[in-house]
Amino acid sequence: MTAEILLQSVISGILMGFVYALIAAGLSLIFGLMEIVNFAHGEFLMLAMFGAFWGWALWSVDPLLSLPLTTLALFVLGVLTYKGIIRWILGGPMLAQIFATFGLAIFLRSAAQFLFGVDFRLIQNPWVQGRISLGGLFIGLPQLTASAAALAAFAGLYWFLRRTETGLALQATAQDRQAAALMGINTERMFALGWGIGSACVGVAGSLLAIFFYVFPDVGATFALLAYVTVALGGFGNVPATLLAGVIVGLVEVLGGMLIAPAFKYAIVFLLYLLVVLIRPQGLFGKF
Amino acid sequence: MLAAEGLDVAYGDFQVLWSAGIRVQEGEVVCLLGPNGAGKSTLMNTLSGLLKPRGGHVEFRGKRIDGVPPHEIVGEGLAHVLERRRLFPYLTVRENLLLGAHHPEARPRREESLRWVEGIFPFLTDRQKQLAHTLSGGQQQMVAIARGLMARPRCLMIDEPFLGLAPKVVQDIGAVIQQINREGITIVFIEQNVELALRLAHRGYVLESGRVILEGPSADLLQSNEVKRIFLGG
Repeated sequence: MTAEILLQSVISGILMGFVYALIAAGLSLIFGLMEIVNFAHGEFLMLAMFGAFWGWALWSVDPLLSLPLTTLALFVLGVLTYKGIIRWILGGPMLAQIFATFGLAIFLRSAAQFLFGVDFRLIQNPWVQGRISLGGLFIGLPQLTASAAALAAFAGLYWFLRRTETGLALQATAQDRQAAALMGINTERMFALGWGIGSACVGVAGSLLAIFFYVFPDVGATFALLAYVTVALGGFGNVPATLLAGVIVGLVEVLGGMLIAPAFKYAIVFLLYLLVVLIRPQGLFGKF
Repeated sequence: MLAAEGLDVAYGDFQVLWSAGIRVQEGEVVCLLGPNGAGKSTLMNTLSGLLKPRGGHVEFRGKRIDGVPPHEIVGEGLAHVLERRRLFPYLTVRENLLLGAHHPEARPRREESLRWVEGIFPFLTDRQKQLAHTLSGGQQQMVAIARGLMARPRCLMIDEPFLGLAPKVVQDIGAVIQQINREGITIVFIEQNVELALRLAHRGYVLESGRVILEGPSADLLQSNEVKRIFLGG
């Protein structure tokens, strides 16, 4: 193996890592806010990818152009999920909380299979395609675009959480619901907003992935699993840490696949997950 | 100013308050006394809207506030500092304070309020960027009170302000409570130590098993045999 292949893998691992980080950030945000894992997060991503795909297939709108609309649609979906489902099970038993989003995931996946079929679809001739070469290294332009846009979205999310009044109120609600209410924060609205933003993250990520990744009803499963690993790695609820955790997952995936065998790449990622959960259950970086 | 009557409050099937009530006049310092589990915090949580009573009503400055959500009650001028400070641990001191003035009535005066609470607690000035959970217990309690003041309340309720603090800090916080009361803010606080509480308060209410069993001026309560029975087992 040459250093070039290694470097090539590292770069593609980092690029994918930023996309993983954005997906995981949405999951982590919702978890941090109300300690509920959205098991339908991957299916939300799938819906975003289908949104991008149908925009292209039906109206020849490039995923990058439909991205704002897809993101908005996912935001609304997140808010509706909170208002229609989550709000009613918050006081319920733990199993009800788990199976509510799990059931939603199965429903969405089956509905997508029913409506769209199980075919793998690919967007042909997106705006960005091809690759650039940098001193013998090849970087796919779609991947580069997706990665840069995911990083920008992540930065935007971070800025929102750290620098705006609403972001501060969101963090306060995550850290102490009752105390936040006593500050005059409408915590109910923060929960809905959190679900909206958390889902909007996969709206962005799904639009970007649709440029170069196959779109099919089960596509969310793999990404969701990677997102759980990323969130566990970064620390549940610690949104900024998911960036580094996403890159670690991206690197482990690519390097594991290359150094051992591609078939084992996820096994290695999940081994990492098990190690983190066993040795450092609060995540590498702890609480936000 | 603050009047609650006939409050019945329950957690599920477990009733904690039985027809409890208090009346607080503007400018007073009032303490709620009683053994653990008597319902003092439950009463305070009901006044601030965190809990909804099954029966009874709460009035603040002539307005019914029972059933009003807590984030709106603070806008009416009734602030509540929770037991064990309950700062936002991973936000800075400054962010905690700013959030104290989050509601629309207080937000325009935020910077002015910040200077005001820094005047009351001078140590705040150097701690703005520190994460709240890294402060000492006494400092956290002061930030919690300062955060409550940032809401510019007419009445500040403090649940166990002296819990777990060193005697020197207890004195400091006692002095601060008197100082903000002199600035015209009505105070309601919870404390288990009868002598400490009644030295600070003008009047007190004694709760036992979810009922208000005694009320009166501090001097009277200090002499009361009933108070001695409950708190000294005598």
